[in-house]
Amino acid sequence: MRYSDDHVLLNQRETQISRFKAWVLFLVPLAAILFQVYVPLFFQFLAYLELPLIVTIYFALMRRSPIGGLFVGALVGLAQDSLSKNPLGMFGITKTIIGYVAASVGLRLDVDHPLIRLILGFFFFVFHQFIFWALSRGLLGQQMNFETQRTLVLGLLNAIVAVSLFHFLDKLKERT
Amino acid sequence: METLLSRYRNITVLLLVIFAQLVLLAYQVKNDSDVRLIRVWAVTAVTPLARAIEGARGGTSGFLQDYVVLRDTRSENEKMRAELGRLKLENQFLKTELETADRAKALEAFESRTPSKMIGARVIATAAGASNTAVFVDRGSASGVQKGMAVVTPDGIVGKVLAAYPTASQVLLVTDPTFAAGVVSQKNHVRGILKGLGHGTCRVDYVQNEEKVETGEWFYTSGDDRIFPKGMPAGQVTAARPGSSFQDITLDPSGIANGLEEVLIILSGVHQEIPEVKTASGPIYVAPPPPRPPGEAAQAAPAGGPGNTPAFATDADRLREQYKEIGDAQNHRFGDNPPGTKAVDFNAKPGEKPAAAAKPRAERETGDGGASAPKPTGSKSPPQTAAPESKPKLPDSPTPPQ
Repeated sequence: MRYSDDHVLLNQRETQISRFKAWVLFLVPLAAILFQVYVPLFFQFLAYLELPLIVTIYFALMRRSPIGGLFVGALVGLAQDSLSKNPLGMFGITKTIIGYVAASVGLRLDVDHPLIRLILGFFFFVFHQFIFWALSRGLLGQQMNFETQRTLVLGLLNAIVAVSLFHFLDKLKERT
Repeated sequence: METLLSRYRNITVLLLVIFAQLVLLAYQVKNDSDVRLIRVWAVTAVTPLARAIEGARGGTSGFLQDYVVLRDTRSENEKMRAELGRLKLENQFLKTELETADRAKALEAFESRTPSKMIGARVIATAAGASNTAVFVDRGSASGVQKGMAVVTPDGIVGKVLAAYPTASQVLLVTDPTFAAGVVSQKNHVRGILKGLGHGTCRVDYVQNEEKVETGEWFYTSGDDRIFPKGMPAGQVTAARPGSSFQDITLDPSGIANGLEEVLIILSGVHQEIPEVKTASGPIYVAPPPPRPPGEAAQAAPAGGPGNTPAFATDADRLREQYKEIGDAQNHRFGDNPPGTKAVDFNAKPGEKPAAAAKPRAERETGDGGASAPKPTGSKSPPQTAAPESKPKLPDSPTPPQ
């Protein structure tokens, strides 16, 4: 594909940008964070769900703006950090990268297809876990192992949840 | 620039956001030493840069400083070389002074223990000539030096005053061929004449081949030359071998062996004894004599009287005492026998009158009743008869003393 054809394709994807109301952009991530910090108190198995990550992926994919995606990821991550035991920036950096990459991928792929969403959800979850693990070892010096099988299983689970959640969030898009 | 930023706007913003969060993260996190991570990162990031800058600055300033210093180093080096040379000369001078003081001390000690009257002098010049066997000293007739006086050092004789000037004297060294001095060997007291050979050694003349002179033996002045007092060391024999008529004895003069700077001029000499040769380095233990048998002890006891032979006499001593008793009994004095004196009858026992034993024999030989002693010159033939029982009993010794 030549540069001109690629540029035309990107322009076509940018015309398909989903728009959301402001409260949606504020409340959905907040709800996701609250869910992750509060629900596992009662349902511990739900602690494996990375709803802030799923929300970040969704808004980045739908906005198809890398800068918008990285800011969403940064804000969600910092908010998540503020409510966790991690230093501020661990989830922020991770989700900033995820938001940027997701937005970049959303420009080139048809992210409305459920299978694509499943694959992207699985991939970004594993990527998120890997970045977090790398930052933990590199910046914090924590000697933690990267549990591949567990990560893959949880990635699949989160991908399934992400597909369902994406379908729900699609209903919150503004109609053009 | 604007195009570049707009083209890479997304990635730039990503990096900025990540960097901001890294700073935030680093501000919170502390390492194991309880130091914030941002401080660690800042120090880690700044330190190599600071080290590099400091290295560059140090290198530059060091280079400049070395250049400036090197400009002064050359002149400073020259100054230090001059200072070093001056200190070396001073050190050498002080060493020489110290050695001079030691020699002066040795001369003073030698002068104090030697009975001869001496005066110290310093060698100030050598006489002109190829051989240089004469030197000048800084003492002359004004100091009482006269021609012919002996010049010595604590190690031995040096020479004699050849000429005395008011403020200096010329000394003929022992190595000069015209020099001569009477010497005597230490061990066997062999006398000879010491003469110079013109170089560093001397020879001893007029020593018979039969005389015993050993290599390494010391010769001392004999005092016969009326120049050197007796007992001054002359030198040590380095070689001694028989010659045609006299021995060829080479001697190393000891007085000039260690250089010649300070000497002593003997104003009035006093003869001394030649030191004895030390044959042993330490005392030798002598065991006591074995005990004598009782009879021998009783026989030896009278011989041990005061003024006579010692208590532990030999058989010859005892026999001598026995003959002396016989002679005393017959009023004979050994060693004082004018012609015609009657011989001692050694057949008589000590303490007995000799007439009882001598009478029959005298009567047979002379027929006059033995009133006079037999005349030896009148009887050329041995006696015709002789009673076996009257045969004289000779003592153990075959020849009595006269």
